[in-house]
Amino acid sequence: MLAGGVAIFAFVLGLLTAALVRRPAREGDPATGIWLWTLGLGLPLATLAALTVYGLVMGERLLPRETPDLVTVEAEARQWAWSFAYSDAPGLVTVDVLHIPAGLPVDVRITSVDVVHSFWVPRLAGKLDAIPGHVNVLRIEAQAPGTYAGQSAEFSGTGYREHTFTVEAHGPAAWNAFLQGAP
Amino acid sequence: MNQTGLHGTALRLHKTLARIWAPDPGWRGWLTTSNNNDIGRLFLCVATAFFVIGGLLAMLIRAQLATPGSAFMGPEAYNQVFTMHGTVMMFLFAIPFFEAMSMLLLPGMLGTRDLAFPRLGAYGLWVYIFGGTAVIIAMLMGLAPDGGWFMYPPLTSAAFSPGLGADVWLLGITSIEVSAIATAVEVVVTVLRYRAAGMSLSRMPIFAWYILVVSVMILTAFPPMILGSLLLEVERALDWPFFQVENGGDPLLWQHLFWLFGHPEVYIIFLPAAGMIATILPVMARTTLLGYGWVVAAAISLAVLSFGLWVHHMFTTGIPHLGLAFFSAASTLVAVPTSVMIFSWIGTLWKGRVRMELPMLWLIGFFATFVIGGLTGVMLAIVPFNWQVHDTHFVVAHLHYVLIGGYVFPMIAAVYFFQPLLTGRSSFFRLGGVAFWLVVPAFHVTFLAVHVAGLLGQRRRTWTYNEGQGWEVLNLVASVASFVMAIGFALVILDIAINTFAGLRGRRNQWNATTLEWAAANPSPNYGFASIPVVRGRYPLLKDPDLALRIAKGEGYLADTSRNRRETLIVATTTGEPSQVVVLPGNSILPFLLAVVTSTSFLAPLFKAYWLSGLALVGVIILALIWVWRLAPARTEGLVDAGHGSQLPIASETADPPGWWGSLFLLLADGVHFGSLLFGYAFLWTVAPNWPPPTYLSPELWPVVLAVGGAVALALAPRLMLRGIERGRVWPMLLMGAIGTLALGAAAASVMLARPDPASHAFDATLWLLAGHVAFHAALTLIMLGYLGLRRIAGHSLRVGEARIVGLWADFTAATSLLALGAAWLPGAFG
Repeated sequence: MLAGGVAIFAFVLGLLTAALVRRPAREGDPATGIWLWTLGLGLPLATLAALTVYGLVMGERLLPRETPDLVTVEAEARQWAWSFAYSDAPGLVTVDVLHIPAGLPVDVRITSVDVVHSFWVPRLAGKLDAIPGHVNVLRIEAQAPGTYAGQSAEFSGTGYREHTFTVEAHGPAAWNAFLQGAP
Repeated sequence: MNQTGLHGTALRLHKTLARIWAPDPGWRGWLTTSNNNDIGRLFLCVATAFFVIGGLLAMLIRAQLATPGSAFMGPEAYNQVFTMHGTVMMFLFAIPFFEAMSMLLLPGMLGTRDLAFPRLGAYGLWVYIFGGTAVIIAMLMGLAPDGGWFMYPPLTSAAFSPGLGADVWLLGITSIEVSAIATAVEVVVTVLRYRAAGMSLSRMPIFAWYILVVSVMILTAFPPMILGSLLLEVERALDWPFFQVENGGDPLLWQHLFWLFGHPEVYIIFLPAAGMIATILPVMARTTLLGYGWVVAAAISLAVLSFGLWVHHMFTTGIPHLGLAFFSAASTLVAVPTSVMIFSWIGTLWKGRVRMELPMLWLIGFFATFVIGGLTGVMLAIVPFNWQVHDTHFVVAHLHYVLIGGYVFPMIAAVYFFQPLLTGRSSFFRLGGVAFWLVVPAFHVTFLAVHVAGLLGQRRRTWTYNEGQGWEVLNLVASVASFVMAIGFALVILDIAINTFAGLRGRRNQWNATTLEWAAANPSPNYGFASIPVVRGRYPLLKDPDLALRIAKGEGYLADTSRNRRETLIVATTTGEPSQVVVLPGNSILPFLLAVVTSTSFLAPLFKAYWLSGLALVGVIILALIWVWRLAPARTEGLVDAGHGSQLPIASETADPPGWWGSLFLLLADGVHFGSLLFGYAFLWTVAPNWPPPTYLSPELWPVVLAVGGAVALALAPRLMLRGIERGRVWPMLLMGAIGTLALGAAAASVMLARPDPASHAFDATLWLLAGHVAFHAALTLIMLGYLGLRRIAGHSLRVGEARIVGLWADFTAATSLLALGAAWLPGAFG
């Protein structure tokens, strides 16, 4: 995308420079065909069609799929903390640390109890808003056990900057231990 | 006639017209003037002052972010500063600045003497000055809004923003939007009706097309925002739960209303700048615009498309996937008309021979910047990418590329280009070039660094950041470069100020431009043209360089000054045939006074002084009636001599006076506002979590009968009145209309009485707004009918034009009342 963007930018500025330094002997004929049909309409239509299809295919791949070993967690945002609950361990609530199994797809059911927040773990998925009264579902999957940084990405007042959390991805044994209530 | 005789005629005409169009002497003249030159200059200076304030706020932000862990500001101050920076730049600078430019230039371009409603323009100016000043004073008192310029509830609701800040935003900005709507109505009617003889639509200067499109966009995009502000302010003040989930509201409703406005807003800001580019660039290339029709079509399609993509600001709110695909495709599609414009401009440069003057330099700065902004915009339209960079500094950088590159740079080019017309002087010192070479490179350094910081994950709206995340160097570079840029902007303002007072007197039309505004003297006099020009092509000065002289000698229309009043020509909308003579109002303090009471009624609720607000509203009604009354001519003139052997009617005696056209477009905005209300109702009903409400409203028979009967009476009365005017019998119809409005008012009251607690559920609150819409418009129509009755009592015969204006409002009231009450009753009738 960046390379394409740079190429288009260079092309447009190249044309502009040529137009600026050109000194036609007489006023050229208005070449509507090339300037408006080909460059004005054709070029962006072709580029955008390709780009949109690419984006949709990529987006489709990121979509949650039906899968048997799906883990579901609840993420509830407030000014300025996150609390996480686990459908596999009712009653278990963690604050500002989300525990997930590594290598398994996880659905995060995101909501808020006060203002609009946004759930964002850059290395695991794009962001999704936490809106009071609504539950948005985000599919994440950590490839390997480890700690992943997360943060809110919707302005929420004075504590917005510190409104962060971490995601702990566990191997199978550690995940089971966590669900059993071990720290 | 010999040469001296010729100039003698021109000079005599100049002296007479200058006297007729002169403002009042002394400082009082600034308060009472309504001439587009005076109002436009004031507008421009005030908008520039707000640009300086917004710029200072930006420097505070960059000072804070220059180093990690900065102790310069805490989050409380920082949140106010970035909220105000966005608000000031968008609402107090960008929109008023192009409005000012079009007020100053449009009459000249169109070949007319002033805008359609000079007093409305003056009123808009004063409302803007009062509203803007109130917002700035609140900021200096530490009471600025701090919820972001987008004001998302519930963060901005009373529960989470208890102070005055959010109210300052909602009331102050709404009053400025009202001013923008006033100006938009004025501009639309001017472009459609006030032009030179023979200037058909296809012969209009390209800027007139752009500003026409923009004005219609303002009329359709601002009303959703005004409704949103109204809902939020009512929720904050009276606890009507439009955005509170537990009582049937939904915070997402605000986001929809806000972005229904917010996205078109981007193009409302870009298109006037594009219009300036399309005007200036051909002159700088000593040629004409390549593909005039293409560019007009591109501007119109950009406007239409921009209304289809508000959702792209909400990609992360959990919109269904199919919706995302649609809006993603629509978002990328806007690049197509933009690309048509860009290549038309480069093609124009290609076919001409470019001269590297200061305006051209700024246009090159535009190209280099805006193309990058457009490309990062396309990247943002791709959903997976958007999910990652949304709310990071990447978006900040993108929008500054688009807004500064796409708006500020072309507007600076425009100020330099039109400087001879606005001030009578041309550039003298070399300061302008120095300023350019400071601003543009520093801009790119600043915002390229901000792009990268965003890609590295730096979030927007965080008041500081920690060390060790790789952002320190980028932020320091951005901050240093931004201060260089600020110095550059200061030099631009200084340069223009110096030129204004000490530049060289330029010769007429120093750029050899081809459009009519350059046929006026330097600077353009208050009366604009000594006679209304006759044009036979799109570029009147191209084939006819002597046109300016002939206009000055009075060889166009309306050169006869014997009627001793401000007159200009109205033409047929499409063909440009002269069709009416319009008498424009003279100097008056009324617009200023009306702005004072309007602003009072807007700002009094800040201090919970609702009684003062109500009192001021009564003042608004009284002043508005005096205003209209004084403008209505006392006697009928019949046809008057317009020059060139033509006899034309006076506009106020025709069936479609300017007031009728103005009402038509004001009602367009009103209709969109009402449509947004219905949209909000439907949205809450289908999407908000706590619906349906405990009970619906079951209609009784009598209010339904009143509503239908009232609407029918109100729709019929003005139509019957048109026939009655010929026979001199209007009282029965006036009475019939009045009864209709009262019946509608009673039906609206029945809704409120049946559901006395609008704070209990969003459904009840919506019912009150629907009923309020009916009651408000019924009252308005009643006042208009009352005005006609008073005219009759005072012994004036009613005019067809007046009756048709009231007819428009009556029709609108009748139709939307039935829709509003129907929407209120329907669920209960079937549920």
